[in-house]
Amino acid sequence: MADDAADQAAALQDAVRESAAHGTPLAIVGHGSKPSPFRPAPGAPVLATCRHAGVIDYRPSELVVTARAGTPLAALEAVLAGEGQMLPFDPPRFGGRGTLGGALAAGISGPGRPWLGGVRDAVLGVEIVNGLGERLRFGGSVIKNVAGYDVSRLMAGALGTLGVILAASLRVVPRPAVEQTFAVACNAREAGRRTAEWLRTPLPVTGTCFVGGWLRVRLAGHAAAVRDAAGALGLEVDAAGAAFWAGVRDHAHPFFAGGERLDRLWLPRGAYCGDDHALVEWGGCQAWLRSAGDAGPPDGALLTYRGGDNEAGQLRQAPPVRAKYERRVKAAFDPKGVLNPSLSPAAAAP
Amino acid sequence: MARLPDPKVAKRLRAALPPNCVVADAAGVKPFETDGLTAIRETPWLVALPENVAQVRAVLAICRQHGVPVVTRGAGTGLSGGARPHPHGVLLVLAKLNAIKAVDAESCTATVEPGVANLAISEAAAPHGLYYAPDPSSQIACSIGGNVAENSGGVHCLKYGLTVHNVLGLTVQTFEGDEIILGGTLPEAPGYDLLATMIGSEGMLGVVTEVVVRLLPMPPAKRVLLAAYDDVAAAGAAVNGIIAAGIVPAGLEMMDALAVRAAEDFTGAGYPTDATAILLCELDGGAAELREEVQRVRQVLEQHGAREVRVATSAAEQAQLWRGRKAAFPAVGRIAPDYYCVDGTIPRAELGNVLRRIGELGETFGLAVANVFHAGDGNLHPLILYDASAAGELQRAEELGGRILELCVEAGGTITGEHGVGVEKLDQMCVQFGAGELAQFHRLKAAFDPAGLMNPGKAVPTLARCAELGGMHVHRGELPFAHLDRL
Repeated sequence: MADDAADQAAALQDAVRESAAHGTPLAIVGHGSKPSPFRPAPGAPVLATCRHAGVIDYRPSELVVTARAGTPLAALEAVLAGEGQMLPFDPPRFGGRGTLGGALAAGISGPGRPWLGGVRDAVLGVEIVNGLGERLRFGGSVIKNVAGYDVSRLMAGALGTLGVILAASLRVVPRPAVEQTFAVACNAREAGRRTAEWLRTPLPVTGTCFVGGWLRVRLAGHAAAVRDAAGALGLEVDAAGAAFWAGVRDHAHPFFAGGERLDRLWLPRGAYCGDDHALVEWGGCQAWLRSAGDAGPPDGALLTYRGGDNEAGQLRQAPPVRAKYERRVKAAFDPKGVLNPSLSPAAAAP
Repeated sequence: MARLPDPKVAKRLRAALPPNCVVADAAGVKPFETDGLTAIRETPWLVALPENVAQVRAVLAICRQHGVPVVTRGAGTGLSGGARPHPHGVLLVLAKLNAIKAVDAESCTATVEPGVANLAISEAAAPHGLYYAPDPSSQIACSIGGNVAENSGGVHCLKYGLTVHNVLGLTVQTFEGDEIILGGTLPEAPGYDLLATMIGSEGMLGVVTEVVVRLLPMPPAKRVLLAAYDDVAAAGAAVNGIIAAGIVPAGLEMMDALAVRAAEDFTGAGYPTDATAILLCELDGGAAELREEVQRVRQVLEQHGAREVRVATSAAEQAQLWRGRKAAFPAVGRIAPDYYCVDGTIPRAELGNVLRRIGELGETFGLAVANVFHAGDGNLHPLILYDASAAGELQRAEELGGRILELCVEAGGTITGEHGVGVEKLDQMCVQFGAGELAQFHRLKAAFDPAGLMNPGKAVPTLARCAELGGMHVHRGELPFAHLDRL
């Protein structure tokens, strides 16, 4: 299935080994499509993973796909779509680009996260090169597997600081038979009330988004289930739904335009962001704020996503006690500190 | 570690805990010598049963100061010997930390102490129309803390995930005396996903003292289908056929002839006792959706040669069909003096092949094997029947179990789907992983427990142990542990 010439694992391993021997840092990059907080600081020699590409194994009836890190997301998704399947975590393709390895390392999940799971939820196994230049495999390609510590999920969102991801096995899901978007005009408060209610009800919801005075909800699944749920909600169909969700996912929606500061607010379920100018998704659990005057409710977490003083550091922030263990975990995988040091927990220490 | 702790340690533990919370006399510690894997026994030096987190921390502090190993135990239902006591250590039993601290219908979460039984969470959530999805067969007794340690599954994993997908947050006490809070009610957290690392870590990294779980809305309706087959391979193919048709059932279980007959004798569930294999398939959702899906599943089951398909519509009928499955382990326990439960996962497409080879291995070893398992996940549970009082039978059963797990690895699967490695599968870890991976596991362990005193000797074998076994196993076609010196 995969092209043998596209197997760059040995070259990638050699590069890390070399770096470890000399203690010289590496900047690991796929397509380089992610915004700055997810990217290594410039300066270090770049280790590009994008040529290490290709689907290694895909058996649709197992609901599992294994592909090399450099595989473009668009190509991977096309292969899955050909069998009526998809990646449950629906990763963003900023500017239409992005690799599987980058999606795992950044750990950014799409609009369906509360219902379909995040990046880490779909990871079943990984092959990595750790900071010592060792090529290691963890997890596997079966859905249930508790042999050894869960190193595979640890790689999701670790920004390449624990290992260069060579390949990954992911759980995939059948594409829903029907997907439909409904919209209603309301303010942020009303949107919060409605979405909280939908979270508690067994409806086939796979996305909610409040932006610009409109609340949209995506229903997906069985034709009959969507029809029944749509009847219960009594909302109007938004025919441009598919493009809307892709725009929110890829930050192509006009809300994200421009380079001004952008903050991200995480909230517990049932709480809601009352800011009429925010974009609120994930059943009210993630809000994007253009003006972070309000620090949000005390039970939430506010992180600068773009602009501001410490955009990269905030992505790595952890309370001091946990930070101690994060630094040790980093050292356990990369004792020489050569993998994306600018994104490592030590770099973000207060 | 090779000797008993200073008597001073017992004295200090007694001073730190209420009077009936420290047990050290021979009769008192006896009930704690084994977990659900009863073939493995060890007498603990001392059993501590703290009543709150402060007492847990006190026990850890005393053990840290004196270099005493600690083995954490929940309800003791584990099936891999993960809670086997240490003869020179403290067995830290968390059964008394059993408060359900909050059930929040707004955020669909429950905050509980580690000793709370799995089923008790769903019972507490039920008045709100919510439930906790992972449901191991031992759910009446097994504790949520133990579920976290093992990343436990159950019959509904295929659709609703494992413990790791349903636990949102943990409070963990480390051996060094730190309290770390991982995850919580927010959808994401910055930093490494140490929550995932902690789940399934078999008590090797820390002691969990609080768990936040996700609760799901109860599905509006359910249907359970039973399909009978005259051929195990056909039943296996039907399982694959259902998934290939784009259907993800809430549960999809398989039982072979021996298990069906044992379960029927025990529970009277109404199973067709002349079938070679049966499948139980649970579907959930809205009424219209269910009608359609039941038709599609029935069609797939019949296409693969089901000679009978029944649909249970009422809750009572459904419960009756599940009763046989849920009681299958004890039912098998009635037809043999002892049984040994194996736990491996394989790609679903290999079901037919692997089941046939398990049958052949059973014949070679002269032991009967009953199969009751989570077919939708490819998670096998061969039950090896033996008689512990017959000379050499236990050893033969264990050897057969090991061979079955190695067969799972060969088929592209894993040596444990949900029961954990514990002490039982240490040797098979050498088959599944190479020296590099094992060394990485040990370094990860040391990041949390540099002293190596949390549940020592479990879950990850030493490189020396694997090297000794090396003559027997060839890992991925390479000579294993070639870099180690051999005498």
